[in-house]
Amino acid sequence: MKNNFACKLIDQFNRNPEKIILRILINHEYQPITYENLISGASAYQNYLSKLGIGIGDIVILILPHGIDLVYAYFGCVLNGSIPSIMPYLTEKLIPEKYRQDLELLIKITCPKGLITFAEFSQEINFLKTMESSIKSVVFVENVNPYKDDIKIKNQFPGLQRTLDDVALLQHSSGTTGLQKGVALSHQAIFNQLMSYSQALNISDSDVIVSWLPIYHDMGLIAGFLMPIFSGIPLILMSPFDWVRAPYKLLQAISKFKGTLCWLPNFAYNFCAKKIRDRDLMGIDLSTLRAVINCSEPMRQNSHEMFYQKFKSYGFKRSALATSYAMAENVFAVTQGGIDLPINFDEISLRKFQEQRKAIPVDKDEKSVVMVSAGKPIKDVKVKIINVDGKYLQERFIGEIVIKSNCLLTEYHNREDASREVFINGWFKTGDYGYIADGELYISGRKKDLIIVGGKNIYPKDIETNVMEIEGIHPGRVVAFGVFNEIKGTEDVVVIAEIEPAFLGREDEITSRIRAKVTKESAIALRNVHLVKKKWLIKTSSGKIARALNKKKYIQEVLSR
Amino acid sequence: MALLVTSGIIELLQDKIATEILNIPQKVIQPDEALISSGLVDSFSLVDLAMLVEDNFNVLIDDTELNADTFDSLDTLTEIIISRLE
Repeated sequence: MKNNFACKLIDQFNRNPEKIILRILINHEYQPITYENLISGASAYQNYLSKLGIGIGDIVILILPHGIDLVYAYFGCVLNGSIPSIMPYLTEKLIPEKYRQDLELLIKITCPKGLITFAEFSQEINFLKTMESSIKSVVFVENVNPYKDDIKIKNQFPGLQRTLDDVALLQHSSGTTGLQKGVALSHQAIFNQLMSYSQALNISDSDVIVSWLPIYHDMGLIAGFLMPIFSGIPLILMSPFDWVRAPYKLLQAISKFKGTLCWLPNFAYNFCAKKIRDRDLMGIDLSTLRAVINCSEPMRQNSHEMFYQKFKSYGFKRSALATSYAMAENVFAVTQGGIDLPINFDEISLRKFQEQRKAIPVDKDEKSVVMVSAGKPIKDVKVKIINVDGKYLQERFIGEIVIKSNCLLTEYHNREDASREVFINGWFKTGDYGYIADGELYISGRKKDLIIVGGKNIYPKDIETNVMEIEGIHPGRVVAFGVFNEIKGTEDVVVIAEIEPAFLGREDEITSRIRAKVTKESAIALRNVHLVKKKWLIKTSSGKIARALNKKKYIQEVLSR
Repeated sequence: MALLVTSGIIELLQDKIATEILNIPQKVIQPDEALISSGLVDSFSLVDLAMLVEDNFNVLIDDTELNADTFDSLDTLTEIIISRLE
């Protein structure tokens, strides 16, 4: 038998069919799922897909909310040898037309053969009938019955034939730009990551993972879904929708199921510390947690401290605070810190950091900034820092982080152009700035134009395009960027737009329209809109709006007022 | 009397939501303006809204009620608050 996703799943099943591998929160109850349930549920989908003529190597888009159907449908694709890709479900904020446009774009670039969704979603995908697309069939979960008892476990699933170099899954970030870049990962790359990462985490039989993370995101998909299920680590799963309304449920689940590992984006530390009432924590015990891993947005010492102070009286140990630097293009983790040893903090001179691009430990009476270590590279992942000329830099020099590993992406699916751009002499350019000190990686900023809000990647271009369509705004004279908000522990989106002279005096009305449009088309609650007069925005010599320079100007002129 | 109570609650909510949740103090939220379905109050702020209601009126809003089907405007939120005050 070859070693691939389907083999791995069948192997776990053969070893221990009765093992409860997943407990999923559905209407206040945790529904237990054994490997047998999982294979049986997934094989119903496999059977269905196969009858529709969707087969090995075909891409299948999944548009389903978090829940058991998504789990079964995902592994149904795996058993079928198809390539699953989850697209976020339409939220109530987004306007359907915009969602349709994004979906249409995704379909054009990705060329999927199948789409799995709910019947109630059929209206949203009506346009497929008129569009010339690769999609052969749309599967409605209502027509698949994964709960029939007579489903026989087959040893002949087409998925067993996949080779290690075949693409196993596609992963997209959200938004118009993100959906155009599907990260294609091979079975081999994912297994290599799981092996190195399990080792870095010292995974053992006593581990239990608790997660609320969306599984269309790399952190949720790998750490909070595939790793536990392939490795036999019990997983407690709740939906992000439930968690954001009741963050205490995460802590209660950790206590109830003796959770040992949990991954959180930085903002979630602040969120849990501030938005949980003590009465909802009564009687809980967090002493089983051995690592709460901060990942996927800039990490702050403050956020860790806030979390520790809130939960220490419930048994949460300081030693359980951990960090990681990760990205979908490397399957997930690049580095891991805080497992065997406490997280390192590096207090460096602010002046030398800004003026000399060096991270030099602070002298007395000097302004400083505390950097949080993301830890050391995991096994078989190499990290280097390069300057603008592509030369390797020494420790404590700040430059772009590049990586080389045995778990890098195969390509951006059907995007040869984008795939070519990200490599330099075999090294993957992350687009993040950072430095190395004593072998540990510190992330200091971002080269690529990306805003991260609550762990979610947002491309400024998408927002700028929304704003430019508003009457009264000078076309081409809009900029969007992120500014870190210490209270929330994440970035706030800021939009600066030049107003047409004829519209002066109508700023409030235009501001409201900008907020409403961005919320509806990009699903971001935009609070900071700053309208300025003509010529406020700085352009580069080539005539483009310079995001970094305008951000600097905004911080100096507006924020510090 | 009931009308006075209603307008008082709406005014307080208008002010607190604009300043403490939206962080746009100059914003005047209309009583029938959509809060949740419009994305004005985003999902990250729903818990804040429940806490704000509890702190100011001692009325509990359950997390399962934090959706546009239960309430989506100051008017409908105020109705819930009043029904639970009694």
